[in-house]
Amino acid sequence: MSTSSAFNDEKGGSSSAGEPEYGHDPASGGIFSSDYKRHDDLKEMLDSNKDSLKLEAMKRIVAMIARGKNASDLFPAVVKNVACKNIEVKKLVYVYLVRYAEEQQDLALLSISTFQRGLKDPNQLIRASALRVLSSIRVTIIVPIMMLAIKEAASDMSPYVRKTAAHAIPKLYSLDPEQKDQLIEVIEKLLADKTTLVAGSVVMAFEEVCPERIDLIHKNYRKLCNLLIDVEEWGQVVIINMLTRYARTQFLNPNINESLLEEGGEKAFYGSDDDDDDDDDDDDEEKKAEAAALAKRKPYVMDPDHRLLLRNTKPLLQSRNAAVVMAVAQLYFHLAPKAEVGVIAKALVRLMRSHSEVQYVVLQNVATMTIKRRGMFEPYLKSFYIRSTDPTQIKILKLEVLTNLANETNISTILREFQTYIKSMDKDFVAATIQAIGRCATNIGEVRDTCLNGLVQLLSNRDELVVAESVVVIKKLLQMQPEQHSDIIKHMAKLTDNIQVPMARASILWLIGEYCEHVPKIAPDVLRKMAKTFTNEEDIVKLQIINLAAKLYLTNSKQTKLLTQYVLNLAKYDQNYDIRDRARFIRQLIVPTDKSGALSKYAKKLFLALKPAPVLESPFKDRDHFQLGSLSHLLNAKAGGYQELPDWPESAPDPSVRNVEVPEWTKCTSRKERKEKKVEKPFYSDSEGESGPTESADSESDSGSGSQSGSEESGSGSESEESEEESESEEEEEEEEDEEEERAKKKKKVDKSKPKKPESAESDQSSGEEQKRIRKGGKDRRSGTESESEDESESESSESESESEEESESDTDIKKKKKTAASKPPPKQTKKESKKETKEMSLLDLDDFEPTPSPQVTPVNSFLSNSLVTDLEGLSLTDTVLAPTTIAPSSSVRLYELLHRITGEGLAVEYCFSRQPFSPDPHMVAVQIQFTNNTTSEAKSLHIEEPKLQSGMRIKEFPEIEVLPAGESVNVVMGIDFCDSTQAANFQLCTHIRKFFVSIQPPVGELMTPAFLTENEFKKEQETLLHGQLMGMNEISEKLTLGEKCQSEHVIVERVTSTANLSRVPCGSDKESRFAGKTVSSGSLVLVTVTRKDGAGALLTVNCEKMVIGTMLVKDILQALTQ
Amino acid sequence: MIHSLFLINNAGDIFLEKHWKSVISRSVCDYFFEAQDKAGEPDNVSPVIRTPHHYLINIYREKIFFVSVIQTEVPPLFVIEFLHRVAEMFQDYFGECSEVAIKDNVVIVYELLEEMLDNGFPLATESNILKELIKPPTILRSMVNTITGSSNVGETLPTGQLSTIPWRRAGVKYTNNEAYFDVVEEIDAILDKSGTTVFAEIQGVIDACVKLSGMPDLTLSFMNPRLLDDVSFHPCVRFKRWESERVLSFIPPDGNFRLMSYHVNAQNLVAIPVYVRQNINFFETGSSGRVDITVGPKQTMGKTVENVIVTIHMPKVVLSANLTATQGTYTYDPVTKILVWDIGKLNQQKLPNLKGSLSLQSGAPKPEENPSLNIDLKIQQLAISGLKVNRLDMYVEKYKPFKGVKYVTKAGKFQKNWELACHEGLLRLTDLVWSSFTLMKNIPFLF
Repeated sequence: MSTSSAFNDEKGGSSSAGEPEYGHDPASGGIFSSDYKRHDDLKEMLDSNKDSLKLEAMKRIVAMIARGKNASDLFPAVVKNVACKNIEVKKLVYVYLVRYAEEQQDLALLSISTFQRGLKDPNQLIRASALRVLSSIRVTIIVPIMMLAIKEAASDMSPYVRKTAAHAIPKLYSLDPEQKDQLIEVIEKLLADKTTLVAGSVVMAFEEVCPERIDLIHKNYRKLCNLLIDVEEWGQVVIINMLTRYARTQFLNPNINESLLEEGGEKAFYGSDDDDDDDDDDDDEEKKAEAAALAKRKPYVMDPDHRLLLRNTKPLLQSRNAAVVMAVAQLYFHLAPKAEVGVIAKALVRLMRSHSEVQYVVLQNVATMTIKRRGMFEPYLKSFYIRSTDPTQIKILKLEVLTNLANETNISTILREFQTYIKSMDKDFVAATIQAIGRCATNIGEVRDTCLNGLVQLLSNRDELVVAESVVVIKKLLQMQPEQHSDIIKHMAKLTDNIQVPMARASILWLIGEYCEHVPKIAPDVLRKMAKTFTNEEDIVKLQIINLAAKLYLTNSKQTKLLTQYVLNLAKYDQNYDIRDRARFIRQLIVPTDKSGALSKYAKKLFLALKPAPVLESPFKDRDHFQLGSLSHLLNAKAGGYQELPDWPESAPDPSVRNVEVPEWTKCTSRKERKEKKVEKPFYSDSEGESGPTESADSESDSGSGSQSGSEESGSGSESEESEEESESEEEEEEEEDEEEERAKKKKKVDKSKPKKPESAESDQSSGEEQKRIRKGGKDRRSGTESESEDESESESSESESESEEESESDTDIKKKKKTAASKPPPKQTKKESKKETKEMSLLDLDDFEPTPSPQVTPVNSFLSNSLVTDLEGLSLTDTVLAPTTIAPSSSVRLYELLHRITGEGLAVEYCFSRQPFSPDPHMVAVQIQFTNNTTSEAKSLHIEEPKLQSGMRIKEFPEIEVLPAGESVNVVMGIDFCDSTQAANFQLCTHIRKFFVSIQPPVGELMTPAFLTENEFKKEQETLLHGQLMGMNEISEKLTLGEKCQSEHVIVERVTSTANLSRVPCGSDKESRFAGKTVSSGSLVLVTVTRKDGAGALLTVNCEKMVIGTMLVKDILQALTQ
Repeated sequence: MIHSLFLINNAGDIFLEKHWKSVISRSVCDYFFEAQDKAGEPDNVSPVIRTPHHYLINIYREKIFFVSVIQTEVPPLFVIEFLHRVAEMFQDYFGECSEVAIKDNVVIVYELLEEMLDNGFPLATESNILKELIKPPTILRSMVNTITGSSNVGETLPTGQLSTIPWRRAGVKYTNNEAYFDVVEEIDAILDKSGTTVFAEIQGVIDACVKLSGMPDLTLSFMNPRLLDDVSFHPCVRFKRWESERVLSFIPPDGNFRLMSYHVNAQNLVAIPVYVRQNINFFETGSSGRVDITVGPKQTMGKTVENVIVTIHMPKVVLSANLTATQGTYTYDPVTKILVWDIGKLNQQKLPNLKGSLSLQSGAPKPEENPSLNIDLKIQQLAISGLKVNRLDMYVEKYKPFKGVKYVTKAGKFQKNWELACHEGLLRLTDLVWSSFTLMKNIPFLF
């Protein structure tokens, strides 16, 4: 209603029915009303104290602005209303202000104090919008005020305000570039922000203000990678593009060593390169030697951070946002190992179904990609077929892609497709098709003749454009092999009578001249005809006539002398000076006179030299030096502000710059990261962050928790992890007697901090008392374990483990230092305390947000998580927080999922290999199973039925669980005799209502129990095994390169024992570590020796009668050690 | 990033301008008009136009050019995608994205654009958030507003803006809790003359209309998820769950949204629902031609094929058509040279047939190209790929929602794209839009 009248403003809105008191001026309604009068009217409305009138006036003014009408003279009247209570009036005033402030700087200053007040408002929305408008007013005089406001907002409690601050940075920068240094400080600060809300905006600011300061990214790199999936779409695009550039400066080219690549990026990632190389042929060795000689370059190992980026961006290929998909695609194209780039093809092809503008951009990029990586798109050839309704520009791009994709195998299909395109009504497209055929013919020798024949047939086409284009293309093709095609040249010579398109005529003439010896009879005749029509020809044709004449004069002067002179004479008086020049030049050159210079001797050589055939190549060639997906790439020219995509560095810069020296808990901001950690360390507490009931109250999500969880997590979360890590190192030390003392010291510390990680391999030995304590500690950490089960089942790839491990390990070092220095920070807090504290914190936050109807009730939001991917953890989390569980399995023991909560209809079942001896039957492996009832009703009579087992396998069922109340969990232990095989044990899990098929598959390392041998016994057994009936068959040796973090003896021991349930055997040499165990079922000995060599090299030897077990064990240990 | 936006109608009038940074004169659009002139058809205007000082990135939707002005490097798709989002937002708010609707609601449009971009960088593009900030216009609300002076603008920060699920607004309440899913599929296929499939693929989308109170967590599972080859999701879908279990687990936005788009494995045979026998000839003498087209149902799984429309782009020399249709009506537009035959429902017993003669421009040579033939149709209650939704489970919320799934096979939204150039001897079916050629008399010149 209001808006319709707004459009009448030219006639004077005052005549509208709403406000008769302003309609008294008869002139205002008329067409003659002056601007002055009309605006007077609006001014009056703005001055009134009725909000509705003000609103009406503002709406009309905004409508004027929208149509590009000048409303600047209203400025004083409007600016008065900046403090208006009505929020819509206020917003419209803001719109006006931002539009005209630049023109009326002095008056605009009147409004500043309002915004300054607004910046202090308790309502975060008002604070944010005040900052937004303040920073949008382009008045240089307020730069200091803006700077101050941005700095303040950058440390605001509300992430939304911080986001606005990030947005304000580029605004200020464009207003006053002098502020750059200060702004960079703010950017640096905001980059460290842990909320997804801020991430996209601050990276945007970074890109606009200081894209060259790549060093600012180091510390935030991993965080950005991990947050990425939760950032809003637009932010994702910016971050991905920036990270592409970052990665190009920090990592090595993954395609340096092709042979390694063929083994897949995964393997390269594990860093077992030496090993790989050994397996490879001598070729590789040579290459290596060469490389070493040249640049002392190490064989390629993908930096884990590089892998992290690739892995975390990949799911975004499924985004609905074309820009995000494109961003990921370009990232993969520029950064991924060749073998992995293929994944983007499907997603890009999908984008082709989108709007034609999207198609246009995607096709441009695909065209560039197809030149470098043709194979990638070959399976999707048909998706690039052209539809008659495609806009011409799309058709031409598709044609380009098809041409690039053409090879020996698919050329016939493609040519058949082209053949239909030639009949299209769209002539530009037909011309492009003919060009494309020409390019296929040049690129693929096999079809050259076919194409040429086809094109020749096109010469009889009715459409002149088609003929002309064909002539031009044929000319190019003939140049490659003129000898065989004199008949084609003859054919074309005949065309000169009919064809009128200048380019085509010129091409024919050039051909005849060039190959006049093939058509000795026709050529002079053509020249004769041309001489007749010379004056009427286009310039380009005239030039070729002169050329033809010159060439004929040189080869066949007898017949053509007069003709040539005639043509040259005509040219001499031509209007075009180019032609006159050419004629003069040629005359001097070819007609021998006394005055002619030395050059005329060489006339023949000059004119009849062999000309190189033109190379028909794609206009998209070499475009990939522009970052794909960028505007510059599309235009094939550098756009303003384009950041060059740097070349890969010769050698990788120090990767440790990305290590973050911040307290552990910061890691929690990203679920993803946390999850990765958890895979390795199940006891990472998760109780706050998203699951904490507090932060949802103000919906401040991550950042809120960022601040509040600080204290809390250090209470339960990080502390547990810390202690865990320590206890890990402790394990190793346990072996070393000389370090006994230190160990005791540490242990004390660990004991103090309540959550404690039970030892893994040694847990059997540890006293019962300790075990109890462990369990108690485990209780607190239950939530962590619980939620983690989900990801476990999702089987995070082992890469991620290695990665998080590495990361955490570096952190541990720092940690340790800190630990020893700072005596005892907050770790003693019990769960309850910390919870209370969070609540208090959140109350504080609540003040910050006006008591909005924030209806997401607590549990709801706690339930919702920011990460789609990891959301599930959240689901089970809530339940388990409410329902404390009884037993926690030892921490180094991995939890596996047996039955998912969803498939189990609320019943979640997990299992782990507890590594305890199974007392009822020593030949069985103990499997600890945990049931969690997530439903609202109780589950009854949980038991096992109908085991389907491989022959020989046996199961000792756990006693039936009568009742499992809602929300409760229970642990039971069952025994399985796997017969020393890794075959899965299948059985049915039954409740009183349902049956579920489940299976347990043991890792090979769990099929053994530790055996305690002395050094001598070990050697003896090894001998026996070696020289037993099957000589040599019982020993498997593998060379390996120890992972970077895995070169100390402690770590080796720890890795091996966590991989397999073995015990350590004392050993005299410090270069060797020995382990022994027995298979559970048959009691065969398993002996493992790891001998370290110089550098990172090592030799792993496994002796075992059971060859299969041995081989699998070697594989597992190798993997553990090379990470 | 995005500096300014101009909305331009087909007549070349700039009817709205919005600047996010300093004002850029609308004369910059002259470069656009120049490009438009050169391109001829709106479709052919290059999406990215370079001017001496700016870059113009534009889209064409609903007869409106959205022309944005860019000054520095930015991913073009970023801008294009955003502009489409703007167009969709108008559609969402005003029911249509047209010049009239935008002019009528110019203030709301302005407020929306103000919220969607800050300094040219997207701020809030989720419709659920925007609707909390700026209420969509309704007749009742504008009445109330004029009387009370209250406004369309929300006073609080939308909760979604800060929450981890920005697509859903908080505090949703419905008396009837309903969740509907439409499985809509489109076929793209090439058939050879005998009707066998040379190339066929199915693209589909699942559109949802979810009106559920609170914060429901839904899990949608399929009977046969293996059918799905390539998928893209609304941001609400948990990717990891899909990877591991092939179920769609999500907290839905409120209202209408596209849950997923998918592509069906090419290996699976595509059932082609109809067949076409066509014979279009032109004679060298007498300036005439003959048309004979029959359409019949093929593999329709017992469902009725509806809304069948055959469209033929005739060569330029065809002046008029004198035909008889056994079913439906036909029209021939001598200006655009398009023959449309609207058949309606396909009748199994009596196959619809269109027969008659064409008169050509006298003296003009016989048309070289053969007309393409397009078919548009719709089948209710059938997803042609055979995709079936197994079940929908709801967690968290306690109430029992009403659930429904509808299957439709129909022509997609890019209809204009589906009219096809054709291969002689090949019949191409795209989106259930077919086209074909009669056999060429000439033997193909190449190969």
